[in-house]
Amino acid sequence: MNFIISILFSGIVVSVLVLIPWVGVAAFDLRFLFGVVVPYLAMAVFFIGMVARVIGWGRSPVPFRIPTTAGQQFSLPWIKYSKIESPKGNGGVIIRMLFEVLLFRSLFRNTRLEYRRLANGPKLDYEWEKWLWLAALMFHYSFLVIFLRHFRFFMEPIPGFVHILEKLDGFLQLGVLPVSGLNVPSVFLTDMLLMLALTYLFLRRIYIPQTRYISLPADYFPLFLILALGLTGILMRYFIRVDITAVKTLALGLFTFKPTVPEGIGVIFFIHLFLISMLIAYFPFSKLVHMAGVFLSPTRNLANNSRMKRHINPWDYPVKVHTYEEYEEEFRELMIQAGLPVEKQPEKVEEQSEETGEKE
Amino acid sequence: MAQTPKPEELAKIEHSPPLMEGWMDRPVEIREGFYCYGAKGKNLAAVGMPNPRDWNPADEDWKLPEDWKEIVLDGFKDRLDRFRSFKLFMDICVRCGACADKCHFFIGSGDPKNMPVLRAELFRSVYRKRFTTAGKLFGKLAGARDLEYNVLKEWWYYLYQCTECRRCSLFCPYGIDTAEITIIGRELTNLLGLNTDWIQAPVANCYRTGNHLGIQPHAYKDMIDFFVDEIEEVTGVRVNPSFNRKGAEILFITPSGDVFADPGTYTAMGYLMLFHYLESMGLDITWSTYASEGGNFGFFTSHEMAKRLNAKMYAEAKRLGVKWILGGECGHMWRVVHQYMDTFNGPPDFLEEPVSPITGTKFENAKGTKMVHITEFTADLIKHNKLKLDPSRNDNLVLTYHDSCNTARGMGIFEEPRYVIKNVCNNFYEMPSGTIREQTFCCGSGAGLNAGENMELRMRGGLPRANAVQHVHEKHGVNMMACICAIDRAALTTLMEYWVPEVQICGVHELVGNALILDGEKDRTTDLRGEPLPGMEDMEEEEDV
Repeated sequence: MNFIISILFSGIVVSVLVLIPWVGVAAFDLRFLFGVVVPYLAMAVFFIGMVARVIGWGRSPVPFRIPTTAGQQFSLPWIKYSKIESPKGNGGVIIRMLFEVLLFRSLFRNTRLEYRRLANGPKLDYEWEKWLWLAALMFHYSFLVIFLRHFRFFMEPIPGFVHILEKLDGFLQLGVLPVSGLNVPSVFLTDMLLMLALTYLFLRRIYIPQTRYISLPADYFPLFLILALGLTGILMRYFIRVDITAVKTLALGLFTFKPTVPEGIGVIFFIHLFLISMLIAYFPFSKLVHMAGVFLSPTRNLANNSRMKRHINPWDYPVKVHTYEEYEEEFRELMIQAGLPVEKQPEKVEEQSEETGEKE
Repeated sequence: MAQTPKPEELAKIEHSPPLMEGWMDRPVEIREGFYCYGAKGKNLAAVGMPNPRDWNPADEDWKLPEDWKEIVLDGFKDRLDRFRSFKLFMDICVRCGACADKCHFFIGSGDPKNMPVLRAELFRSVYRKRFTTAGKLFGKLAGARDLEYNVLKEWWYYLYQCTECRRCSLFCPYGIDTAEITIIGRELTNLLGLNTDWIQAPVANCYRTGNHLGIQPHAYKDMIDFFVDEIEEVTGVRVNPSFNRKGAEILFITPSGDVFADPGTYTAMGYLMLFHYLESMGLDITWSTYASEGGNFGFFTSHEMAKRLNAKMYAEAKRLGVKWILGGECGHMWRVVHQYMDTFNGPPDFLEEPVSPITGTKFENAKGTKMVHITEFTADLIKHNKLKLDPSRNDNLVLTYHDSCNTARGMGIFEEPRYVIKNVCNNFYEMPSGTIREQTFCCGSGAGLNAGENMELRMRGGLPRANAVQHVHEKHGVNMMACICAIDRAALTTLMEYWVPEVQICGVHELVGNALILDGEKDRTTDLRGEPLPGMEDMEEEEDV
């Protein structure tokens, strides 16, 4: 299966996911199904699925302490050790994990191989390459801010942090049209950044030969799904306006477990809601579980202290070893000839075995 | 044996995989020069491995048991339940590709299945098919494929093209460690008797004789006695090591490569000289012929085999009644000692927290395992001014230092060896920053790949390291690279001969041995290799005349 088939397949699936609520609401008026039932089901799948996932990982033990050490170990008192990259205790591990989860520390290390063949042989360079890190950071933080901004719909009164976020996010005060008084809301920076980052991540995936080769439909599908989700959100906010009050009534109803579907909400909203439902339902079964998995990664969340503190392997079992006695038994003559000390002299061995024989 | 291409030929590397092809559509091709011979039946049987028989990877038929598929899949399931790492790493990869161009084997070969991500996908695809709902339902569309004979061969071919160096795990945003996948994957192949002989023979040897090379106790002592003569020839001082001596304070264990393979032998001489020097200051140390191997090829076979071979260290320490263990320069030995030994075979409650008998320094970082790395020990000696050193005796050398993967990313020992080197040598230059310390490149021959029949693979895998050496060779005139790994010392020597013949390889304690001023020594004219010391070149010639 080549990349074109993968892209086509993912694109078709996302298109179908857009069509389903469109047809369902516009043609069959299944507003309760798409406004209440599907979101609730999706949330249930998400929570149960994620909990099951994490429990599943948790049930497999960590038999060995295998941190990837990315800095100087703690050893002699006069050697400065790397408290974060090679932590010796839990404090350092927590900071290491915070750097990893909040700032994508490892991805920040990324380089790009530059391979050239010169007259005197090959030349390898490892070039600056922070774009992936930047796009990943942009994507995740934009998504987070957008998610938090949505609390405007989930809560009444609107929490203070939403106002602050909206203010910060809209600080550019850009209008969609350079005309005032049209009642078009200011553009949120994160909306643009999210789309930009997603587009970059997609183009990068097909542009770089290696990533193109390794990509599965499961890599294109979430990109397309989130692109579609963002697009419907942007359309709704700036272009195809929906009745915000009605939307909020529906969203509040969902979150307070008193679901209602008010009249007059445009189809575009149901498409948006269906896509987010699909995204969260897909979450536990996909690579998106890295969100939870990263916290459990044994190469990152363990301290580099295995020579100080014994790590217990819960399934440890005794193994067959070749004992010194067996070793000496085989080589005793040679060892004595070479002047190596032995536990038993050959004559004594015979005597001892005779003695034990008598006792028995 | 396959002919290894010339460097100019080998350097023609294509890093772009085919445009319109999916990787699953390309069946594995087992190429000569890239794999090691199959494990011999007698070596498999010697340690009770399953399916002992002679077999050849180039043959169609690998002589597997009837139910091989069941065995592998049961083993797979069992390891998903026993290793969180394995289970997690099957699930959370997003295929961002950050690891792709970080692997020395991909850089040197361009084979896309040597990209760490794809190496792991070889396993994930089967995992999805057999252990996930989506994979069962949607098959290829979900990136799933079933385990077939050819897939098993593909696994094998690439499992033994990974040196478990963990460079990819450093760059992975989730810390996915290909070494874990390789280690566990190799365990699965070993359920079917599919080890390579280059790993299995040392395992069998080590189990019986105590070391990989199968050297029996008397021969081991002979070899060290030979070093004693050599040292006397160079320095005029006769050192007096002891073996299997009960009641010694410290047990010394080093890889057998230091005792039997140049240039590691010069490092072994360095140890002997250092111990002799410290004897009068209170060092009470013994070598062992039973625990005569620091390395552990069991670690390249299975966790269980690693534990079986590692057990000798503590067993011998207990039998001899020593207080603690000092470990020589070795890479994977230290991965095992640092991250596994106490868990495998501890707790060593019959030992004491290591204290340097010379400086009184407590090695707090080793208080659990009770095993100290020799560069930690020596760095502490130098810091306390306990060693009389003449670094000018290494002035004919312009040095660089290669961080071994295992001690770098599985231990974090960076400053200790550098501190020692800078105190025993005057000319030291680092290689470029993306190729040292935690980002160091593998020698290309670790994890049991330093055989002869897979030379093309080794020279390809070593290219990134060699290229960084070439850089400092051209820029600073570097002619010697130090390292703290016995496999490095053997493998990098071959690698340098191929890519940068002007550069030689040494251990850190060879340099120590050269610089160390022994009591009562004669005026040295040569270093431990018998090469004239700086300023003594003429004398050698005169002698020759």
